[in-house]
This record gives sequence, structure tokens and C-alpha cells, in this order.
Amino acid sequence: MEKGRAWKFGDNISTDHITPGRYYHLRSNLPELAKHVMEDADPEFAKNVREGDFIVAGENFGMGSSREHAPLVIKLSGVSAVIAKSFARIFYRNSINIGLPLLIADTDKIDAGDELEVDLGKGIIKNITKNAEIRAKPLPDFMLKIIESGGLLNYLKKEGDLKV
Amino acid sequence: MESKTLSEKIFSEKAGKSVKAGDFVFAEIDKAMIHDITGPLAVKVFNEITNQGKVWDAKKIVIAFDHQVPADSINAAENHKLLRKFAEEQGILNYDVYEGIAHQLMVEKGHVLPGMLVVGADSHTCMYGALSAFATGIGSTDMGSVFALGKLWFKVPETIRFELTGKLKRGVYSKDVILKLIGMVGADGANYKACEFGGDGVARMSMSERFTMTNMAIEMGGKTGIMELDKVTERYIKDIHEDYEIPDWVYSDESANYSQKIELDLSELEPQVAKPHRVDNVVSVEEVEGTKVDQVFIGSCTNGRYDDLRISAQILEGESVAKGTRLIVIPATRSIYRKALNEGLIDIFVSAGAIVEFPSCGPCMGGSFGLIGSNEVSVSTSNRNFVGRQGSPEGKIYLASPATASATAIYGEITDPRKVL
Repeated sequence: MEKGRAWKFGDNISTDHITPGRYYHLRSNLPELAKHVMEDADPEFAKNVREGDFIVAGENFGMGSSREHAPLVIKLSGVSAVIAKSFARIFYRNSINIGLPLLIADTDKIDAGDELEVDLGKGIIKNITKNAEIRAKPLPDFMLKIIESGGLLNYLKKEGDLKV
Repeated sequence: MESKTLSEKIFSEKAGKSVKAGDFVFAEIDKAMIHDITGPLAVKVFNEITNQGKVWDAKKIVIAFDHQVPADSINAAENHKLLRKFAEEQGILNYDVYEGIAHQLMVEKGHVLPGMLVVGADSHTCMYGALSAFATGIGSTDMGSVFALGKLWFKVPETIRFELTGKLKRGVYSKDVILKLIGMVGADGANYKACEFGGDGVARMSMSERFTMTNMAIEMGGKTGIMELDKVTERYIKDIHEDYEIPDWVYSDESANYSQKIELDLSELEPQVAKPHRVDNVVSVEEVEGTKVDQVFIGSCTNGRYDDLRISAQILEGESVAKGTRLIVIPATRSIYRKALNEGLIDIFVSAGAIVEFPSCGPCMGGSFGLIGSNEVSVSTSNRNFVGRQGSPEGKIYLASPATASATAIYGEITDPRKVL
């Protein structure tokens, strides 16, 4: 069970919002790059995000570039999951592969600062502040297994191959 | 036999069984590309999976340096060193800092062929689909596992068919068509789907114009842009591989199942512009005419080909870039640069006051050179106008065709290219 506060964002948050190109020179130094995570969507986010918090967004989260540094620095910042109405395709794959949990759910009933409790396996989001429960779309089994292993790398080390 | 889209056919071929949209498959990869931004992380993942082992097939991998070339920082130089060493040890083809943009090299040097399944660690890999291949962008961890296994999991996508009819007016180009379509369906209108472009409107386009369209399929969320094979594709491939035998199955069946069909009459289309800060924020050029512009960029994998430079040179010949405006022109690859040099195009640009840079991604990657400052306005022939994409997050980027960009450079404000054609 993951517990934390909601950070609310709108539709179409791009990987340029998450990891601006002007910080590319930091990409081999992820902890430094993580100091700028989400900077172009909310300059206060990186400073104030706490371990366990959630990013909550609208449609098409993670659109744009294939840079895997985007989900990597979100994970590194302590965010326990991203909850959005929908995700851009490459970001979605990358997140699963590096073990950043994603949930597809109706996020209209979550406001900035709400306390959430999330059961990733069951896909149940409890909004403690609003005393409401939201159900997320379940992930295919093999994706859940990848996330549970902590990403594709660990999964492949363990299983040797990938089966769909 | 069940009717299939071209994408379903390619996945059936590569998964070794008949599959349709919605199926999860584990498919064989024909070609894999990494560049200097996403490459180092892919190599790191590969080394961790295999414990510094050998790649599945060195001949199927291409490494190109294009984002930070020549090295713009010590960090970039170190990344180039790391990838050069990896290429050397593994026997992988490496296009070094002087060759140009990875995507253009992939289609120009004959690495992509009809019917192939191609992955690249870059979102604009979808461009190669103009050659009737299924090509899609993936992340570095996916790429590391492709290097190790030669296979990757996919969900076979549904296909949206874009039926383009009619002839474009003078001054209107394939860039205007793709911007219009992105504006119609939205930035996530084709999310997870293959965008198949066809109709007599596409049949009339050169390969260069087609690449501009498939390149931007990702800007509506598309998993790939794809086109069926025709005489134009065949001629393009045969110019590179004389003896290549064109496969006879790289079409969609007539009764193929499309999730959506979208039609557009090209004969009515006006030059289009995507306004800040979204690619789907598209209007006709007349709506933004007169907007003052600080920098114009002509180039990128979207519009840095010879035809794009020729159109720009025709407009800029004998003209000067407006005072207070900077024009940066970047040929996509070394061979395009040489052709432009031999045909006198570079002289036209330099005489007009443009800065002609070496083949690279240039300002499009937003972290190397040619950046814009706060409150500055850029008109760019590239593919993204997101916040901060070309430098300052307070800058503004408009996307347009090379013709619109060239006319804009002359007047220093957004200008309908038909004014100068």
C-alpha cells in the first residue's frame, strides 16, 4: 500500500516539462537532473515533493520524446506512482520498464494536496481527504510482473527471457 | 485469409503467427537505432542484462551521433567516446559526429526496407514508415533488451486511415498537411495507434514530402506513421539497393479493419502554423501573420532534406534576412549538405545572411546550440513547440513549412509564403 499527497497537473504534460532539454548535460547524473524534475510544469515541485507522493494528471501524460530519463527522475524524486486519465505510449512503456508504477483512472475527483492511499496490485485509489474510492484500469499480468520485479532489467535477470 | 492492415501484416510476419490489432506479441526486430542522447543508457542496460556480453546481431544495429555534435560539452564528448568504444567492440556501424541526423541516415543509407520492423531510441523513429516499414520509438531499457534478445513485446496497434485527396495549391506543402491533421485529431488523437496515410494526395508526394508526414505521426500520439508501397517508394529503394526485390505483401487489404477513417481534401488547404506551446494548436498562417520573429530555424529530421532546402533557397535567393531576425539553416545529413553546396544553395543562404550549421538536430533538441531567450519568438520547421523545447521556457515556438519559415525570415514576421513565391 502506497501513501502520499497528490500533486495535480493538467493534460498533455510532455517529457520536456518533466526533463527540460536545457538540462541534458546532466543526464548522466540522475540525482542532479532530478533536482529539475517537472520544472517547466511546476517550478516548486522538485523542492517540495516528498517520498511516497503521487503525480496526478489529466490526458496524455508524458507525451513527446522517448527519453527514459523522464520516468527515471520521477521515480528518483520519491514519487510512488503516476495516476492519469491516459498516458502517451512511449512514456507508458518506459515507466513499466524502469519500475515506475502507473495507474489509468478518472482523476477529476482528486485535487492538489489530497491524501491518497493506493493499492497498486488491485488498482484501488483511496482519496482519504475526500473519503472516496477510485478504481484504476488493471494492468496486463506481464506488466505487473515487470513492475513487481522493479523493472524490465531485474525481470530479465530473474526470468532470462520475456513471455507475453 | 482474414483481411489485415499493413501494420497487422508486419507484426504477423515478425511474430511468426497471424495476429490482429489488440494482440500482444513478442516480435523479431529487423533494425535498431540509438543516438548520442538515448544511447548511453541503452548500452548501460544492455551491459547489465548480459554482463558485458555480445549483442544479438551487430549488423542489425546502427549508432548515430546527431543531438550534441560536434561535442558541445565535455559530457557529450564522454558519451560519444562511450558509444564509439561500444560500436568498435561489438562491430556495430557508427555514424560519427560529421554524418548528420540519425533518422535521415536510416532512410538515406538504405537501412530501412519495406516490411521491416524497426525500433529506434527516439520518438521520431516513426518517420521510416513512409518506406512501408513498421517503425516506432522506444526507451533505453527496451533498447537494451532488444540488443540482448533481438525481440521486443508489442501490442499490435489499431490503425487510423488518413485518406488524402486532391492536389496541394502553390505554396502549400506536406508539412502543412500533417500540421492540419494533427490539429484535427489532437495531440493524443492517435495514441497507441498506427497512422496510415494514403490516397491520391499521398501518391503525388515525393519520398521527402512523405517522410515529413510520417515523422510527425508521434505528435498525435501515433505509434507509427505508415504508408503503403507504390512506384515512388520502389524507385527510392532501388536507387539505394539496385537488386532489391520488393516484397509483394506490403499493402493493407482492401477490407482491412480501420479503427477510424479521416478524409482531407488537400486542394482546399492553406499554409498552416502550430502556435505555442502545442503541436495541435494549429491555425492557417493568415491568423498569425505579422507576429514578430527573433529566430527562424530551417532543418531537422522533419524538414532538413534537400527538397526543403531547395524550396527555401528559391525564396531566399537575392533576398536578405530581416534586421533583428536570425536565420539558422541546417542540412539534415552530410550528403544533403554536399548536394546543397554543389547546387549553390548554401551560397544563397549565406548571401542572404543565414547561419548555415553542420548536419545535426540543431536548435530542435533545445540543449545544444541556437537557443532562444525569454520572450523570444522562433519559427521552426522542426516537429515540437513545447515549453522550453528550443531554450528558454519563456520563449515561444511556431512550427511551419520551410516556405513559410523562409518568407518569415525575409520579413522578420510570420509571413504567408505565397507573398514571395
